[in-house]
Amino acid sequence: MKKGSIGNRVVFVILCIWSLVQVFPIYWMFTFSLKDNSEIFGDNMIGLPKHWLFSNYAAALKVGDIGRYFLNSLFVTGMTILIAVVASLMATYALQRMEWKGRRFANGFFMLGLTVPIHAAILPVFIILSKLKMTNSYQALIIPYAAFALAMSILIASSFMEGIPKELEEAACIDGCNIYQIFFKIIVPLMKPCLSTIAIFVFLQAWNELMFAVTFISNSDYRTLPVGIQTLCGSYTTDWGPIGAALVIATFPTLLIYIFMSEKIQESMAAGAVKG
Amino acid sequence: MKKMWSNKVALIIFLLPATILFLGIVILPILSSAYYSFFKWDGMTSPEFIGISNYTELFTSKSAGFPKTLFNAFALALLSVGIQLPISLFLAIALARGVKGEKFFVALFFTPVLISTVVIGQLWMKIYNPEYGIVNAGLRALGLDSFTRTWLGDRETALLAVFIPILWQYIGYHMLLMYAGIKSISLELSEAAKIDGANAIQVARHITVPLLKPVLQVCTIFAVTGSLKAFDLIYVLTNGGPAHASEVPSTLMVSMIFGRNRYGFGSTIAILIIFLCFFFAWLIKSVFQMGGDQNEKR
Repeated sequence: MKKGSIGNRVVFVILCIWSLVQVFPIYWMFTFSLKDNSEIFGDNMIGLPKHWLFSNYAAALKVGDIGRYFLNSLFVTGMTILIAVVASLMATYALQRMEWKGRRFANGFFMLGLTVPIHAAILPVFIILSKLKMTNSYQALIIPYAAFALAMSILIASSFMEGIPKELEEAACIDGCNIYQIFFKIIVPLMKPCLSTIAIFVFLQAWNELMFAVTFISNSDYRTLPVGIQTLCGSYTTDWGPIGAALVIATFPTLLIYIFMSEKIQESMAAGAVKG
Repeated sequence: MKKMWSNKVALIIFLLPATILFLGIVILPILSSAYYSFFKWDGMTSPEFIGISNYTELFTSKSAGFPKTLFNAFALALLSVGIQLPISLFLAIALARGVKGEKFFVALFFTPVLISTVVIGQLWMKIYNPEYGIVNAGLRALGLDSFTRTWLGDRETALLAVFIPILWQYIGYHMLLMYAGIKSISLELSEAAKIDGANAIQVARHITVPLLKPVLQVCTIFAVTGSLKAFDLIYVLTNGGPAHASEVPSTLMVSMIFGRNRYGFGSTIAILIIFLCFFFAWLIKSVFQMGGDQNEKR
């Protein structure tokens, strides 16, 4: 391909300008998380902070209790990933490998979940949770998140399992392995690359989910980060620095993972759409 | 082998966890939402069957304001398809041709997608802040004081002001899908076209875009259904206000159910959102397939 032609240069300039559009708000968030109000509100709105105020982070952790919400989010997300991965791998094995009537139907049935919006379930799930006295608990979020992550997880796992040759399992069967041993000792290890794809996908959904978290959780002990930040920003409006710090703390883990595994993450976000 | 793979007990064990989760949390709730939608119910007193009254109220009642939310959702869908997707397509094509720093740009443009919508929402709230936000500050610095607004609090600008961050956040997502799609198209055709003297724009128009159709279909479906169920950013930025100017179906649903205890009416909105999502997914698919037939004849 010709590089350096006029067309290419124009495209390159446009891409640089667009980078600014996409990144500037995020850059601004990082800078104001380290400034005091006098800088944010006038002296130095968009520049790098003159005095790096790490005390904003201390304030966010202390006053906003962001650390607690962070751990809550971590636990909820971790459990969601675990349940979604286990349930979807098992179901995928049944849907992909096993022979039974109604297999196609069951597959289509799970795939309905790709289009059903999470909102549709909010009231009935809320009623069930209230009856079981389970609002304000971790499972009030973990179970619905896992359920709504299933469709995509099964889709990703299916397209990966299709590519695993059956010969290995056949050989193991002849050697006397039963189906559970085959599943755990052959399929699960071979599915490892796909597990991270599913895990990333589920992580992003659960870590960022707002609607369920905001309606099912009122007790601050169980608040996840998105809800915690909502509350913090609602009650703490005048001092922008600590708010910025809270926003950065909530974003940091995602960005950190992204820096190390950007291609893997891009792959998992594109997986469902492009293969499906 | 065959016998092992038709082991009924194993089948049930493998399917059980996913089926229970999916039935209990996805399918049954939809059915019960459909059921509640025929009742007048506040969640405490016993429900009263009212037939399709909720549905007629949805479309006729001015005070409930559902038609307005539908209009807003369609406006967002139109902007997504008309502005967001073309920008994403341009970026994807430009990047897939192989510019300097291709991988870096892809990673950069995709970053906002990964950030929590609450964070994005709170951040844009600061950006729009009437006194200290960078939008108004920028306008003042340019001497355009008369254009400064209370962006989110003004009935005329609130809707557009909440749409911009939504469009901004997901441009990178569509770009990534399209970029991955273009990368999976074999290079031979476009190389051959270039040898025949086609320029970059012709290659994009006559080769890349037609071959990209399956991905474009998925993107269009995501953009439209995503607009119909948009919630997070609107909830954070305006919660539908001021005076319902930026209300969308899902914010109305949540305020009906949890703000006003109108369980039946809220369920009706939920059912309509599901219906619209499936309907538009089907419609977009059919439109793309109609176009596809002609292409295959070539």
